[in-house]
Amino acid sequence: MFEYVWLIPLFPAIGFVLNGFLGRRLGKGFVSWVGPSAIGLSFLTAIFIFFELIGRPPAERHFEKVIFDWVVSGNFRTVIGYQIDPLSILMALVVTGVSFFIHIYSVGYMHDDPGYPRYFTYLNLFVFMMLNLILANNFLLMFVGWEGVGLCSYLLIGFWFEKDSASNAGKKAFVVNRVGDFGFILGMFLLFTSLGKHGIWTLDFTEVFANANKLDPATVTTITILLFIGACGKSAQIPLYVWLPDAMEGPTPVSSLIHAATMVTAGVYMVARCNVLYSMAPVSMAIVAIVGVATAIYTASIGFCQTDIKKVLAYSTISQLGYMFLGVGVGAYSAGIFHLMTHAFFKGLLFLGAGSVMHALSGELDMRKMGALRKKIPITFWTFFIATLAIAGIPGLSGFFSKDEILWQAFSSSHGHFLLWLVAAVAAGMTAFYMFRALFMTFFGQSRVDPHVAHHIHESPKIMTVPLMILAFLSIVGGYVGVPHVLGGANHVHEFLAPVVGGGAELGKAHAGISLLSQAWASSGEAGGHSAALELLMMVISVVIALIGIGIAYLFYIKNPALPKLLAERWRGLYRLVYNKYYVDELYEILFINSLKSLGTGLWRGFDDFVIDGTVNGIAYLIGWLSGSIRRVQTGLVQNYAFAMILGGVIIAGYYLIRGIFY
Amino acid sequence: MTILGIPILSWLIFFPLFGAVVLLFIDKEKVAALRVVTLIFSLIEFIISLPLFFAFDSTTAAMQFVEDYWWIQSYGVSYKLGIDGISLLLVLLTTFLTVLCILCSWRAITFRVKEYMISFLFLETGMIGALVALDLILFYVFWEVMLIPMYLLIGVWGDPKRRIYAAIKFFLFTMAGSVLMLVAILALYFINLKATGKATFDVLELYKLGIPIQTQYWLFGAFALAFAIKVPMFPFHTWLPDAHTEAPTAGSVILAGVLLKMGTYGFIRFAIPLFPNAAFDLLPLISALAIIGIIYGALVSMMQPDLKRLVAFSSVSHLGYVMLGMFAFNMQGVQGSIYQMLNHGISTGSLFLIVGMIYERRHTRMIADFGGLSKVMPIYAIFFMIVTLSSIGLPGTNGFVGEFLILLGAFQSNVVYGVLAATGVILGAAYMLWMFQRVMFGKITKPENEKLKDLNAREIVTLIPMVIMIFLMGIYPKLFFSKMDATVENFLKDFKGRVEMKADLPSPKMIAEIKK
Repeated sequence: MFEYVWLIPLFPAIGFVLNGFLGRRLGKGFVSWVGPSAIGLSFLTAIFIFFELIGRPPAERHFEKVIFDWVVSGNFRTVIGYQIDPLSILMALVVTGVSFFIHIYSVGYMHDDPGYPRYFTYLNLFVFMMLNLILANNFLLMFVGWEGVGLCSYLLIGFWFEKDSASNAGKKAFVVNRVGDFGFILGMFLLFTSLGKHGIWTLDFTEVFANANKLDPATVTTITILLFIGACGKSAQIPLYVWLPDAMEGPTPVSSLIHAATMVTAGVYMVARCNVLYSMAPVSMAIVAIVGVATAIYTASIGFCQTDIKKVLAYSTISQLGYMFLGVGVGAYSAGIFHLMTHAFFKGLLFLGAGSVMHALSGELDMRKMGALRKKIPITFWTFFIATLAIAGIPGLSGFFSKDEILWQAFSSSHGHFLLWLVAAVAAGMTAFYMFRALFMTFFGQSRVDPHVAHHIHESPKIMTVPLMILAFLSIVGGYVGVPHVLGGANHVHEFLAPVVGGGAELGKAHAGISLLSQAWASSGEAGGHSAALELLMMVISVVIALIGIGIAYLFYIKNPALPKLLAERWRGLYRLVYNKYYVDELYEILFINSLKSLGTGLWRGFDDFVIDGTVNGIAYLIGWLSGSIRRVQTGLVQNYAFAMILGGVIIAGYYLIRGIFY
Repeated sequence: MTILGIPILSWLIFFPLFGAVVLLFIDKEKVAALRVVTLIFSLIEFIISLPLFFAFDSTTAAMQFVEDYWWIQSYGVSYKLGIDGISLLLVLLTTFLTVLCILCSWRAITFRVKEYMISFLFLETGMIGALVALDLILFYVFWEVMLIPMYLLIGVWGDPKRRIYAAIKFFLFTMAGSVLMLVAILALYFINLKATGKATFDVLELYKLGIPIQTQYWLFGAFALAFAIKVPMFPFHTWLPDAHTEAPTAGSVILAGVLLKMGTYGFIRFAIPLFPNAAFDLLPLISALAIIGIIYGALVSMMQPDLKRLVAFSSVSHLGYVMLGMFAFNMQGVQGSIYQMLNHGISTGSLFLIVGMIYERRHTRMIADFGGLSKVMPIYAIFFMIVTLSSIGLPGTNGFVGEFLILLGAFQSNVVYGVLAATGVILGAAYMLWMFQRVMFGKITKPENEKLKDLNAREIVTLIPMVIMIFLMGIYPKLFFSKMDATVENFLKDFKGRVEMKADLPSPKMIAEIKK
């Protein structure tokens, strides 16, 4: 089965081609079948391969398949080649699985859109590109997927291209991502050239990581920081996060699939994939962790004041991605990937839920015009509720396990720090607050729905609610593959990913420590039990913080709905600052966009037109003027010509005379 | 060496000329016949050129399909033709683009069709000749031959408003450079005559000459100026926006696609191998100008209100990459550079085709006159998008392979060059996507745009080969790289060998002694 790894990306590619060429001609029925089944087949293939993989002993869970030589120039050689290992297959399962459900949901959600075939064409292309990103066995093919998903994101954000806001958002996403890609590409160059100095000319993952120890620490630090700039673009971290909130202009299933569950996690995946490099560069890891945690708390705060339900979810996504980076930044690669997986479930679900709300309310996004929808759209409510519990970190749901592992690692890992934990824990409380705020504003309290809309509120059709229910199920149980040892569970994610990410990190040590401690805990009362107790204590603290967040949200939005307004007026300046997202977009506009535009105009008008063409045209006029003057020399008098000839002869003779003397 | 005993390169040069002669006998009123005959000639020309690709021996760096006869024996002027891995692909690009140019002129040219078609075929002769000539005088003749039909294309069939200004500007800029080149060619001839006693203009012979470095600077300067104007490199680029804007669509396509490549080709075939030490010493200057070109071109392009001017400035940026890669003097840089020459021909050529298609419909090129065209022209939108992405250098398209290798090559030769040039990756996306957005997205604001017709069959047929090439070159570049591997390797080996041998060059003192 391994030999057929190329089938995983092939199916979506076929879907893309069929939908693209025939979709318009053969109509919706055709597209509705081709689109989702392409992903379904790919999902099935991934499942088969997954089972074959776990049938092998952990050390042998690696396979590469080269399809053909791609760019070959001198000692630079890259292939189109795929690799299967625990990390890539886990990602492939998450991506194809979640994509499959979202494709099905889209059949219902997009059904009346005139661009239906185009939508599925793009969506299939996206999955194809995403799978290339994940399954690539070298940096360059990963970069193909990396930019490819960026393209699909661009196309899908601007799907309703007649809306200026949508096409602006698409462009913004692409260009900001290009800033990140600039870092990524330089990282690749530096990696390639510095390994080349040791005679190893490759961008192949296996070879790079096997020879990484030949690189000196400063180089590795630079490489990993450059790659991380790429990750900041793709995964919307400070300072490149600005595109993601705007990306909500796209259809909601797209926000769910691309801008929550899959594409935006590519940066986390990349860092985890390069764990060997990052583990060699503590400075870079610290940067990753700090950027991650800073993004987590910063965007959580923006989430407080947003009134657009999708914007809340968007900032929440950025914030959660920050957690994942915190995880990988402290060396807890598997924890980061674990959170990536659970987040894909619950955040994908939240967005689909928001889509279902929009569907019910004729496209309304403003939470101030919602309320009391609990009874009217019960399936949407319950699934949304489950996802909210999961993201808030309520014990028993998937988000709890993965987030808690990150928090614990942020504290206990050798790369961790108490402050990292503290900030992350506070951000967790803030997450609980704004998510419950959204939940309360949407589903509880008084109805503030526009009367015109109110009378035809309806639950979404089965084709949309079934995916909701499946994802809700996964949001609950998805965490049980990674139950911490202190709770008496077995962290399967950890064990499964260990062959890829275990070796690189010092985490190995910490990990061994934990299991040792948990054994100690199991036998109870022994010396090591203290640390396990600490872990439990931390866990309790984070749950308490989350509950406080929920409590405040309850107080503000159920108990006393007048309170938020009061506070907003009291702290007006602060409120406006946060409400306007700290004016970062405006700042960027002045700093980058306007200044580049003025520079462009200045160079064009000032240099091109004035200096260069001025000179050129000036010379032309000068020649015209001179020839006008010289014309007067042509007097027609023979003696004048004779004089000129003699003068010329004297000059030439003089020249050769002088030359002869000096040579 | 020839195919089946046919002197194929001569055929390629003179077949279009023969076509032009045939056109002379067709009544100028029979416009349809003129078009069809020209198309057939250009198609046959393309078909004749195809066997080159397959018969080409990619294991050797030697010139192939060589024809060598005396032309003016007493002065050592020969009719020597041949191609290697570099010119092979450019020749194919030329024959390929000419067909598409004839197709896109179908409806656009309604005035003096006969003269137009004759000029075009004449131009093809000039282009192929310049690419396959291995004798400096022969090259120079073809170089100048190209100039005349291009001048006419702009001056006669251009946009009436400024076509004369543009045509003269084009002519004068190019002439200024090429006159100096002619002087340098003659100087080179005499230096060689003095050194070896052999009268020859054969470049392959002249490569072997060791020229004092001071002289090299002067001669390289003259050649480089001629080529830099043609490329065009910053700051010699200002003729390009005018020429492109005023030229008819096909003129812009062939200008961008092939004529600009004559500049870069000139560097790699003549300026660098003839004067390697000077080229090496001036590397910082050329690289700096190339990088300025990349960034400057992108920034100025961003602010252009006119589509054709925008694409023209983007050419300045793209050709900056070509020059930067070439002067990286490593395998990735040079191969990327050659590949980027082809890419630019394909993607910028397509952009001009695409702009031409809406120009024919709306008779305006101003971005502000469009907006929302995706709605009424969905097929057009797809082609436009693909071409835009190719121009941006999205992975999977041809543009990426070239740009990536160039940047990698530049990075290896000098980290600062690589980093600075890579900013072009960001700017490129910015100006292209912004342009695309303003033309294609949003609501239709102008009533004239509401009834625009989508592409017709002929237009689709014109664009499909381009799109195929965009993906073929992006996904399976090996097909083309394998053709130039040996040539580029040899080029670099030769270059490096001679740069290292710099100490052995005769100094002016030594020459003075030899004279005595």
